[in-house]
Amino acid sequence: MEHYSMNLTLQIWRQKNSLDKGDFETYEIKDISSEMSFLEMIDVLNEKLINEGKDAIAFDHDCREGICGACSMHINGRPHGPWHATTVCQLHMRAFKNGETIVVEPWRSKAFPVIKDLVVDRSSFDRIIQAGGYISVNTGNAVDANAIPINKDNADDSFAAASCIGCGACVAACKNSSAMLFLAAKVSHLALLPQGKPERKARALNMVAQMDKEGFGSCTFTGACEAVCPKEISITNISRLNKEYFGAGLSIDKQ
Amino acid sequence: MALTGLFLISFLVIHAGLNATIWANDGGEMFNFSAHFMGSMIVIRIMEIVLFIFFIIHIIQGYVLESKNLSRRGKGYKINLANRGSKWYSRTMGLLGTLLLLFLVMHLYHFWTPSRLGGIGDIQPLNEVDYDGKGYHNLFEEMVRIFQNPLVVILYVVGCISLAYHLMHGFQSTFRTLGVHNKRYLSGLIIVGYAFAIIISAVFAMMPISMYLGWVK
Ligand code: HEM
Ligand code: SF4
Ligand code: FES
Repeated sequence: MEHYSMNLTLQIWRQKNSLDKGDFETYEIKDISSEMSFLEMIDVLNEKLINEGKDAIAFDHDCREGICGACSMHINGRPHGPWHATTVCQLHMRAFKNGETIVVEPWRSKAFPVIKDLVVDRSSFDRIIQAGGYISVNTGNAVDANAIPINKDNADDSFAAASCIGCGACVAACKNSSAMLFLAAKVSHLALLPQGKPERKARALNMVAQMDKEGFGSCTFTGACEAVCPKEISITNISRLNKEYFGAGLSIDKQ
Repeated sequence: MALTGLFLISFLVIHAGLNATIWANDGGEMFNFSAHFMGSMIVIRIMEIVLFIFFIIHIIQGYVLESKNLSRRGKGYKINLANRGSKWYSRTMGLLGTLLLLFLVMHLYHFWTPSRLGGIGDIQPLNEVDYDGKGYHNLFEEMVRIFQNPLVVILYVVGCISLAYHLMHGFQSTFRTLGVHNKRYLSGLIIVGYAFAIIISAVFAMMPISMYLGWVK
């Protein structure tokens, strides 16, 4: 694709801290290369702001290669911007045209309070993982990977679910602010493998209980999460989570 | 939500099936027979109470769910994802349900009140017809009479359209809620769901329309 430069108008959410009311600021930015990533474009804007003695725009980022789940911007009404199955850090400026206005907002959910500008507190996800998103094994020498035979379909489904990077786009997109796609990915990833089986009942019950406690909404299967997930986590994982949850609720041993 | 919804779906099948007897074109004889049969059987009278309870649970659960979910966002977006991620009717189940609730009130007032409560206080009882020397409520005549009013016909058709959209989302959502995750089953259920929603609603909508246009007498 041919390289081109563009001038853009950005409307970006600015908020000093969690208590500040916050508002949109408008910025004009010139000579942005179509080959830049979206975050690099923000870097350019931030350098300009710093040179002018202003406060840089705070935003989350880490790997910048689509694997860590840190980046989180709601761009023109869509989490992670216009490209399908792409994190913001992998979004390139060629997705935009010269002269365009781009609106950038933080994830909006009571369970993800804004810390500053575009940075939200996603520790609610960490607490959901702490409630059961792990397996308990004694450490030691690594076990031979092929010691336990695993059905290929289960291995594939588990692997697909394991690709969830915990970014929270599913919550940001859902009209109910439900975290069910995230939870379903984590539960499915482990429940499909023999290593995850021993704790599967307590895992499903405890993780769902923690999700409710954190103030996420309930799933009504609108499908918005699946449509925006950068890792294309399938919504059928939520059905699997429901099955796990009902099964566990009916049969768990008293603790 | 899913269990009550599923029960209501099964009710719709029976209700549509029985009402389809209006098209027998026998002056409503078969229809009045079946309405009487349903009204006089003790099992069905008990099921009627169960049905009312399920409706009420479904409605209460629906509103509790909707209001809880609406409160989870906090500050909203300047630009919403809207139709880029989901179908409009999937996001408006509460509103479609409210239309159905309004429809239900009107519908019960039209047919259930005179048929079950007729004769109590000021409520007019239905006329009777005679088949083989036995008296039956002429519910058919009542239907024909009510559906002469074009406004009522339009309200019924709007009710049926709301039902179609409510079920286009609700049918598949029920099975997903109940844990069906096999992709082959699900794709089948989704097709059945769309077909069911459209066919059932169309059958219901055709009843007032065919009476208004005089296709059945
Ligand atoms: C009378 C008023 C009604 C109200 C207020 C109402 C409201 C609702 C609400 C708020 C939901 C949940 C929204 C969602 O899952 O996205 C729902 C789901 C549903 N409704 Fe209704 N509804 C009504 C009537 C009906 C009727 C007449 C039927 C069927 C014949 C029906 C079948 C369903 C089904 C199958 C679901 C999906 C359940 C699930 O997702 O697990 N509803 N309804
Ligand atoms: S399910 Fe998808 S959208 Fe949700 S946290 Fe995981 S990767 Fe992000
Ligand atoms: S910065 Fe790691 S996924 Fe975007």
